Amino acid sequence: MSEPVVAIVGAGPAGLRAAQVLAEAGLRPLLLDEGHRAGGQIYRRPPPGAERPEAELYGFEAGRARTLHDLADALAPRIAYRPGTMVWGIAERGPAGFDLDCLGPHGHDRLAVDRLVLATGAMDRTLPFPGWTLPGVFTLGAAQIALKAQGMAIGRRVALVGAGPLLPLVAHQYAQAGAEIVAVLDVTPLGAKLKAAPRLAASPATLAKGIWYTMAGALRGQPVRSGVRAVAVEGTARVEALAWEDSRGRRHRVPCDAVGASFGLRSEAQGADLAGCRFVFEPVTRQWQPARSPEGRASHPQVYLAGDGSGIGGADVAELQGERTALALLADLGRPRDAAREARLDRRLARQTGFRAALEAAYPYPHHLVDGIGDDEIVCRCEGITAGVLRRAATERDAREMNRLKALTRAGMGRCQGRVCGHAAAEILARTLTVPVEAVGRLRGQAPIKPIPLREPA
Amino acid sequence: MERLTVDVAIIGGGTAACAAAVALREAGLTVALLEKRLCGAGASGVNFGGVRQQGRDFSELPLSRRARVLWDGLNAKLGEDVGFEATGHIKLARSEADMAVLEAYARDAAEYGLDLQLLGPNALRAEMPWLGPAVVGASLSPTDGQANPRVVGPAFARLARRLGAEVREHAPVRHAAHDGAGFTVEAEGVSVRSRSLVNAAGAYGGAVAGWFGEAAPVAPLAPNMVVTEPLAPLVTRSIGVVGGDVYLRQTRRGNVVLGGGRGTADSADGLARPVAATSLGAMGKSLTLIPDLAHAQVIRSWSGLDGEMPDHIPVIGPSGTTPGLVHAFGFSGHGFQLGPVVGEILAELVTTGRSASPLQPFRIERFAAWRGPYRSEGEIEH
Repeated sequence: MSEPVVAIVGAGPAGLRAAQVLAEAGLRPLLLDEGHRAGGQIYRRPPPGAERPEAELYGFEAGRARTLHDLADALAPRIAYRPGTMVWGIAERGPAGFDLDCLGPHGHDRLAVDRLVLATGAMDRTLPFPGWTLPGVFTLGAAQIALKAQGMAIGRRVALVGAGPLLPLVAHQYAQAGAEIVAVLDVTPLGAKLKAAPRLAASPATLAKGIWYTMAGALRGQPVRSGVRAVAVEGTARVEALAWEDSRGRRHRVPCDAVGASFGLRSEAQGADLAGCRFVFEPVTRQWQPARSPEGRASHPQVYLAGDGSGIGGADVAELQGERTALALLADLGRPRDAAREARLDRRLARQTGFRAALEAAYPYPHHLVDGIGDDEIVCRCEGITAGVLRRAATERDAREMNRLKALTRAGMGRCQGRVCGHAAAEILARTLTVPVEAVGRLRGQAPIKPIPLREPA
Repeated sequence: MERLTVDVAIIGGGTAACAAAVALREAGLTVALLEKRLCGAGASGVNFGGVRQQGRDFSELPLSRRARVLWDGLNAKLGEDVGFEATGHIKLARSEADMAVLEAYARDAAEYGLDLQLLGPNALRAEMPWLGPAVVGASLSPTDGQANPRVVGPAFARLARRLGAEVREHAPVRHAAHDGAGFTVEAEGVSVRSRSLVNAAGAYGGAVAGWFGEAAPVAPLAPNMVVTEPLAPLVTRSIGVVGGDVYLRQTRRGNVVLGGGRGTADSADGLARPVAATSLGAMGKSLTLIPDLAHAQVIRSWSGLDGEMPDHIPVIGPSGTTPGLVHAFGFSGHGFQLGPVVGEILAELVTTGRSASPLQPFRIERFAAWRGPYRSEGEIEH
């Protein structure tokens, strides 16, 4: 029997660890990655020739970044590594397997694979607020990308707004890189973080340090302000200032020329959708994700899941899951099992689950931002659809679930296909109908996962 | 379990079914409509959006001509903009043989009152200088056009509700039967008693007919669609080709919708999916028609489940076995334009037993001798 073809989508922490395990077992997995260098978003590497010291780019994550990059370099000759390659279509191919439609440096390619490891990561979750479409407003992730890939900040005077551990992390990284940070605003209450602190302190994860930075206010004299509400970017043609209300109801305003803002993370799960995986609603982070067993198996017997693409766990969890799901895959192939290694990973993952729960409790969902979205606010930026249009579709046009809302209003029908606006639109629809957000369902994914050129690149 | 007793039960919630509910309410009858998912979410809602008379089977032209009049008044009737624009539909010839097909069609269509203008290479280039060299001529139907399929069916469903029809969504029908006194329709969560029954069940229309001992071989049909990001205005008309392997139009918003070829249809779960190879094929063909699309980005592909008959025209008319039962299904990939008029025709059949439009070609009895299933293939003309 010939070797099964295993494809890993995504070369971040989860995908790299999965590739390592499969390569150790003598397989030669395909590692398909949109990025031009392995590392994923969190350990994104600058283009060759533009490298900077790791401590400057990754802050307290520098050690992990170096380890993963070294692993990627060591693995490259032992796997079929395809950087700069977007998997834009996944279709089941009977009796068992998938066709992957890819767009890479040399055009389109269709790959027949037997098993699929999806390690597709996450992106920032956005919510609309006044001024959020002005030039100069970025997501926190984009602010990180500018720093890691280009060695530059998003502006000269930068304000950061968030509702998750990415906020202190970016603040720390920007401070390390010498950027001028004029405000770090957490829209979740400090009390939640204090309550979660004991459990977080017990965590082995480096991310816990981010929370520590938040509470210690150690960002070079820039304390993180918690419990912030009513965030608004001011400016006519671009960002000029950021205004907010503090936890005691007082208004503040600080001049700035760039804002980084996002509110937690959302799994990039379109691949799992196209592969036919079952999705479940995750109530804490309020999003639909592909169902994943503790060992990393999806509902589809040939699909394996690891990392933030199937549940927000952070980079350390992603590494563990990548390793664990690859072991599950090898077991399913009938390869000899290392029970001790599996058990060790399962124990570490179980510990991380507790830490993760504490982390989510430290950053509860900012419902007050959703309630504050005005009818004139644009929710779907691609199509220019406002919150008022969405609300009226619910009250006047019988829109009761997301796909109908999309059909009637065009929200989620543009370039991003709802990746950016889908979450906010669902929250707005559910609030308008006074139903739980899971009751309005989720947008069905369709190929291409991201836009592809109509003419194949030469 | 909800129980309803009405004059007319309707199985299906596509445009024709919802338009029938509207027309029946206007005629004063009580109506219950049962849709397995959401009204207008099937073939009615995910089709290409062509509002076209040109190229139809001649048997459909009288209905299509009558439908075209309705489209002019649809916004007013529905109280909503359904995006209809009479941009014209142009069918392109890529060879002299293609041109001969268009010439013959135009000659015969004139007998049905459909005025088509044949354009040679020079006239065509003068009007559409952006067409590629592969195109040698065309036939233009100036009164045809396009509309937004996603909003038409739901708007009819809402109008039906406003007029008092009982519209039940997420109510798949398990079985229907006639017991001598009337029809009983068993759906999820609701059971309906009625004097008349309309079978507008699309790809499942054959199964419904089968409950009444009638053969109607319906094959699942999943047209494959692709759409670009919004582009500056370029494609002024809705475009088809002889052979039907690609068709495209530009929406008011600027997106170019490309159809051509087939996705995969699974009538078990009711879902149709696009096929990547088919999408890439349609993209390549559209470039030979309109080279300026080269820089566009494709942002989505989709498909939807329709029912196709072996002779590519629908079943419309009374049942051959069961008085009070009326069929309208199997529109074979080109029912969108007909939807509003089929609603009217169904109401005529229910209330008077006959229609103002000639329905002889669409009789279900034409399949009485049919044995076994039917598997559809080939191109879907637009």
